[in-house]
Amino acid sequence: MIVSDAVVVGAGVVGASIAYGLLREGLSVELLDEGDAALRASRGNFGLVWVSGKGATLPDYALWTLASADAWAGHAAGLEEETGLSVGYHKPGGVDLCFSDEELEQKRALLQTLNDAVGAERYQARMLTRQEVLDIIPTVGPDVVGAGFCPHDGHCGSLSLLRALHAAYAKRKGTAYRAGEVMLNIRKVGTGYAVLTRDNVYKTRKIVLAAGLGNKTLGPLVGIDSPVFPLKGQVLATERTALRVDWLTPYVRQTDEGYFLLGDSMEHDGFNTFSNVAVIRGIARRSLRSFPFLKDLRLVRTWAALRVMTADGYPVYDESERFPGVFSIGCHSGVTLSAVHATRLARMIADGALAPEVSAFSARRFDVQEN
Amino acid sequence: MFKRIDKHEEKTLSFTFEGEPVKALEGDTVAGALLLKGESVFRQSAVSGENRAPYCLMGICFECLVEINGVPNRQACMVKVEDGMNVNRQKRAVEVKAP
Repeated sequence: MIVSDAVVVGAGVVGASIAYGLLREGLSVELLDEGDAALRASRGNFGLVWVSGKGATLPDYALWTLASADAWAGHAAGLEEETGLSVGYHKPGGVDLCFSDEELEQKRALLQTLNDAVGAERYQARMLTRQEVLDIIPTVGPDVVGAGFCPHDGHCGSLSLLRALHAAYAKRKGTAYRAGEVMLNIRKVGTGYAVLTRDNVYKTRKIVLAAGLGNKTLGPLVGIDSPVFPLKGQVLATERTALRVDWLTPYVRQTDEGYFLLGDSMEHDGFNTFSNVAVIRGIARRSLRSFPFLKDLRLVRTWAALRVMTADGYPVYDESERFPGVFSIGCHSGVTLSAVHATRLARMIADGALAPEVSAFSARRFDVQEN
Repeated sequence: MFKRIDKHEEKTLSFTFEGEPVKALEGDTVAGALLLKGESVFRQSAVSGENRAPYCLMGICFECLVEINGVPNRQACMVKVEDGMNVNRQKRAVEVKAP
């Protein structure tokens, strides 16, 4: 029997961020990873720390995302200080290119909604004319008519982030996360819980389910509905280039290593994680229309991964009513939210209750009464 | 370091590596032919400039990148030798002409 204050089930970016945060709160923590059978959304991520346009129908989410973006520089610096690993975080502001007056008008309305909801002086989103886009990105293609811009948007090396979180966890705890731990069940034992895995029993007081799409089946074991589903995204990586750019868009970005990553497809394709040519072609076409200079670069890799999506796109955070101290945390923006997961959310879990600022993210919002 | 283990009757091809002639057999990959010749520096890292050589030889690791007939960043382990090819080391990252 392995005893700790808390067990975090799932060692992707979400689980590792929370486990790291709980350690910083002074709890003893066991972080469990299922193994390579897991779908591993964290390893296929595009690496955005993105604010712009999120939360238009749920201001609490816009604020939560903004809080994480505000905390991200400190988060990255803290991880680097603890581990010596850079996570490649930059915050140049995000430029969301538009190709028609209709797109410009939609973007303007979206950013206006968010400026109104959050406060324009805080949110600072604005529209750019084509000339203003060219001042930031001299290489955009001739079809670009303007763009939305939000200074809070940034990006990082998402694999570097995962590695740094694991390293920071291991350094504070003294041992690495536990690999190959397939969680089977949770039982009440005395005043706490036993987490039963295929090979071990963990005795603990708090449990965080952060198993991505796995929360859909793990949540009901403790009476939590976790309505997440897979939404496939594909990513293309070019060869490394000597050219260095300091701009960011939601579907073309450059990594610290010199790759350009192209992405942002969305497919409902079940649990299929294969790339396919039709989608790759579509991603390449939009990227080339945005940045014609990419035509001279070779693609060296493509991959697909599954977002952890909900019907409204917002996170699902819940504490079990029948198993107090057991939390289910699911979201698709695990990189963006890593900074608040490691700080505010970890503190809430350590303190024993989800705070009002995240109550809007309960999956109970999906309960619709029908007559 | 490397030698052929099987008998062969394939056609002999020749190509150049950094301007020097290299012999190969039809069906050889560029990486295989260069390793047989004893070459250990295929490229310089785009990040650190360190010398690199093939690692996986099955298209996964991207350590064997070379320039073939003027096209940079080709996987030497995935390209078969053709007669008259001009192969050069991949020297750091490609320059991009951004207008």
